[in-house]
Amino acid sequence: MFEFKRFLRTAVTVAAVTASASAAFAQAEYKLMAPAAPGGGWDQTARSMQQAMVASGAAKSVQVNNVAGAGGTIGIAQFVNGSKGDPNALMVGGFVMMGAILTNKSPVGLDRVTPIARLTGEYEAIVVPANSPIKTAKDLVAALKADTAKVTWAGGSAGGVDHIAAGLIAKAAGVDATKINYVPFSGGGEALAAVLSGQVTAGISGYGEFEGQIKAGKLRLIGMTSAERLPDVDGPTLKEQGVDVVIANWRAVFAAPDLTADQKKATLAAIEKMAKSKEWQDILKQKGWADTYLAGDAFAAYLKTENEVVSDMLRSIGLVK
Amino acid sequence: MFETFAALGNGFALALQPDKLLFALVGVFLGTAVGVLPGIGPALTVALLLPITFKLDPTGSLIMFAGIYYGGMYGGSTTAILINTPGESASMATALEGNKMAKAGRGGPALATAAIGSFVAGLIATIGLAFLAPSLVELAISFTAADYFALMVLAFVTVSATFGASPLRGLTSLFIGLSLGIIGIDKLTGQQRLVFGIPDLSDGVEVTTLAVALFAVGEALFVASRHKAVTEKIEAVRGSLWMTKEDWKRSWKPWLRGALLGFPIGALPAGGAEIPTFLSYSLEKRLCKKPDEFGNGAIEGVAGPEAANNASAAGTLVPLLTLGLPTSATAAIMLAGFQQYGLNPGPLLFAEKPDLVWGLIASLFIANAMLLVLNLPLVGLWVRLLTIPQPWLYGGIMVFATMGTIAAKPSVVELGMLLVFGGMGFLMRRFDYPIAPVVIGLILGPLAETQLRRALTISLGDLSVLVKSPISIGLYVVAAIALLAPFVLTRLRDLGADED
Repeated sequence: MFEFKRFLRTAVTVAAVTASASAAFAQAEYKLMAPAAPGGGWDQTARSMQQAMVASGAAKSVQVNNVAGAGGTIGIAQFVNGSKGDPNALMVGGFVMMGAILTNKSPVGLDRVTPIARLTGEYEAIVVPANSPIKTAKDLVAALKADTAKVTWAGGSAGGVDHIAAGLIAKAAGVDATKINYVPFSGGGEALAAVLSGQVTAGISGYGEFEGQIKAGKLRLIGMTSAERLPDVDGPTLKEQGVDVVIANWRAVFAAPDLTADQKKATLAAIEKMAKSKEWQDILKQKGWADTYLAGDAFAAYLKTENEVVSDMLRSIGLVK
Repeated sequence: MFETFAALGNGFALALQPDKLLFALVGVFLGTAVGVLPGIGPALTVALLLPITFKLDPTGSLIMFAGIYYGGMYGGSTTAILINTPGESASMATALEGNKMAKAGRGGPALATAAIGSFVAGLIATIGLAFLAPSLVELAISFTAADYFALMVLAFVTVSATFGASPLRGLTSLFIGLSLGIIGIDKLTGQQRLVFGIPDLSDGVEVTTLAVALFAVGEALFVASRHKAVTEKIEAVRGSLWMTKEDWKRSWKPWLRGALLGFPIGALPAGGAEIPTFLSYSLEKRLCKKPDEFGNGAIEGVAGPEAANNASAAGTLVPLLTLGLPTSATAAIMLAGFQQYGLNPGPLLFAEKPDLVWGLIASLFIANAMLLVLNLPLVGLWVRLLTIPQPWLYGGIMVFATMGTIAAKPSVVELGMLLVFGGMGFLMRRFDYPIAPVVIGLILGPLAETQLRRALTISLGDLSVLVKSPISIGLYVVAAIALLAPFVLTRLRDLGADED
C-alpha cells in the first residue's frame, strides 16, 4: 500500500513537471535528427544548431541523434513515422536528400514533413590542377564542346549536388549533359587527391574542400556557382564568365508532420531566434557557410521550384527515368 | 631535420603541461572505453564531445581527440581477443588468432602483445608522421584508381592465408562475401542493386554487423548446440599471465612489419585500416616458423595486425594535416574540430600554426604511452572475463552483440541481418567453412570494383591504364610472387631432395 502511495506521489510530480515544461514552450527541449553518420555536413549542421540554439536561448536543450543511410532517405522515413505531431522533433536535410529521394524512389518525400527554414548554403567551386591548360570557364566550355567525354570530373556521390552541378554546366555550355564523364568519389578527400594528381580534368565540390589547396597555389579556381562574387572567395563566378549556372548545396531544418498552426509558429520563432543570433553567425563564418536563411511559406515555395530543377537534371543525367 | 626536432621539442613542452596530460588521460580512457563497447565508435565519441571542447583551448581538445582516436583503435582489440567480437572491421584479423589464444589460456599474452604492439607501431607511425608527412603525402596523392586496384589484387592474393585447410571451402566463403558486397547503391552510377525495395539495404551490408554476426553470434549458437556433447573447458590463465621470453621473441618482428604496412597504407586517401591488417596477417602466416600454429592461436597473428591497425590510425593523420583530407569518419570530425578554432588543415597549416601541429604530434606520443600505462595493468582484470561460466558468458555475448548493432544502426532490418548472418555463421562452423573470407570479401569486393571501374571511366575504357604506372606494376609483381613463391619453393625443395 505504501509503495502504491509513493508511486502515486511520483506520478503526480512527474505530471506537474511535464505540464509546466510544456507551458513554457518558448524554451522547448528539442530532439534534432541528423539523417547521416557523424562527421558529414548534416551532422555538423545539427551539432552547430544544437550549440547555437542553446547558447541563444532559443531552446532549453537540444539532443542530436544520427540516423545514417541512403542520402538521408532512411532518416526521413523514420522521422515521418516516429514523430508525427511531435512539436519538439526537428530534422536537418537539404539538397542531397531531395536528390536521394528521387533517385532511390523513396516512398517518403519532403512533402511529408513541415518545412521550417533554409539555413545555410555552400556554393560549388570548379577547380583544375595548377598546371592545367584550362585557365577560365571559357576554356572549360571549349574543352567540353571539343569532346564532352574527354573532360573528366571528380566530385561526390552519383546524383549528388556535385554531379548535378557538372550536368548543369554541360547544359549551359550547350553540350549533351548525358555525355559528361563524371567520376564519383566517396567524400571530398578522395576527389581532391584525384584532381591534385591530375588524374581528372576538373574537380567540383564545395569551396571549403578545395580552399587550402587553392590558397597554396596547387589548384586553380575556374569559377564559383554563386550568383555574385563571394566576399571570402578570391575568384570569379561562372555566371560572369557567361556560363549561367547558379546552384548551392543548401541545408535546412524541417519539423514533424501534422503540427498545429501554433506549434509551427513556435518552432519558426525558435529557429529564427537561433538564425539571427551572434552564436549562429559566428559558426557560419567559421565553417564558411553562406547565410541563406529563408523561412516558412517562402521556403516551402522554394522547395517546389528546386525540386523541379533537381528532377529535371537527374533525368537528363540518366539517374531518374 | 634539426628544425623538425626543435619544433617537436616545443610541441612536447606544450603537451607535457599537467593539464594537457590530464586531457590526454581522459581521452585515452574514453577512447578505450568506447572501443570496448560495441556500437559506439571513436567517430561518434568525438562528435559527442565536440560541444564540450568549445570551452577548452584548441591544443587541449585536440590532444584529447588524439587520445580518443588511439584509445578507440586499441579498445576494439580487447573484445576481439576475449569474446571473439571484433568491435570494428580492423580488429577482425586480431580476433582470428587472438581468440584462439584466449581460449587456450593465453589471453594475457595476447592482450599484452596487442597493447605493446599498438604502442610500438603507434610510436613508429608518429615518428613517420613527424618526419615523413610532407614527402609521403606526395606519394599518397599520386596513387591512382588503377594503383588502388592493383593493391586490391595483392590483398585478394593474400586472402588465402585465412582459408584454413580446404581452398575450395575458403573460396566458397570468399564468394559469399563478394556477393554480399554487391548489395546496395552502386557508387559509380547511383543505381540500386539487390536492394529488393528495402531502404535499409541501400547502403549495403554493414561490415561490423556481418563480422559480429559471423564471429560472435555464430559462435554462441555453435557452443550452445554442442553444450551436451562436449563441455569446452576454458582456463583463464594457463602458464604465464604475461608475455614470456619466447612471446617477446616472436612478437617484435611482427610489430615492426605491421607498423611498416599500416602507416603508409593508412596514409593513402582510400587506404583504410582493414587492408594493412589482412596483409599483415597473411605476411606473418607466411613468415612464421610454426605455420601449424596459425589457426590455433599464434601470437604473431595478433602482434602484426594490431600493430598495423594502430599505425594506420596515425597514417590517416598524414593527409588530414598536410592536405586537409579527412579519410575516415573520425578524421572528418577532427577536421570539424580544427575549423571550430579557425584553423584550416592543409598545405599551409604546418607553416601557419606550427605550435598546434607539433603540439598535436607530441600529444600523439603521449597518448600512445598513456595507452600502455592504462591498459597493461588491466590485462589481469580483463582475462577474468573468461572465468565467467560459459552459459553466462555466451548469453552476455549475445546481448552485447545485439545491443551494439542496435546502437550503431537502430533498425529492425539491421537486427534481422544480425540474426540471419548469425545463423549462417553457425552453419558455416557446423560444416567447417572458414568465416573470415566472407568478411574480407565484403570489404575488398566493393573496393576493388569501384576502383577498377573508376580507373576505366577515367581512361575512357582503355585497359592499358591498369599497368601504366610503376606503382601498379610493382604491386602486381609482389602479388605474383606471393602467389607463385610457395609452389616454386616446394619444387626447389623437391629438386634438392632428388639430388640427395
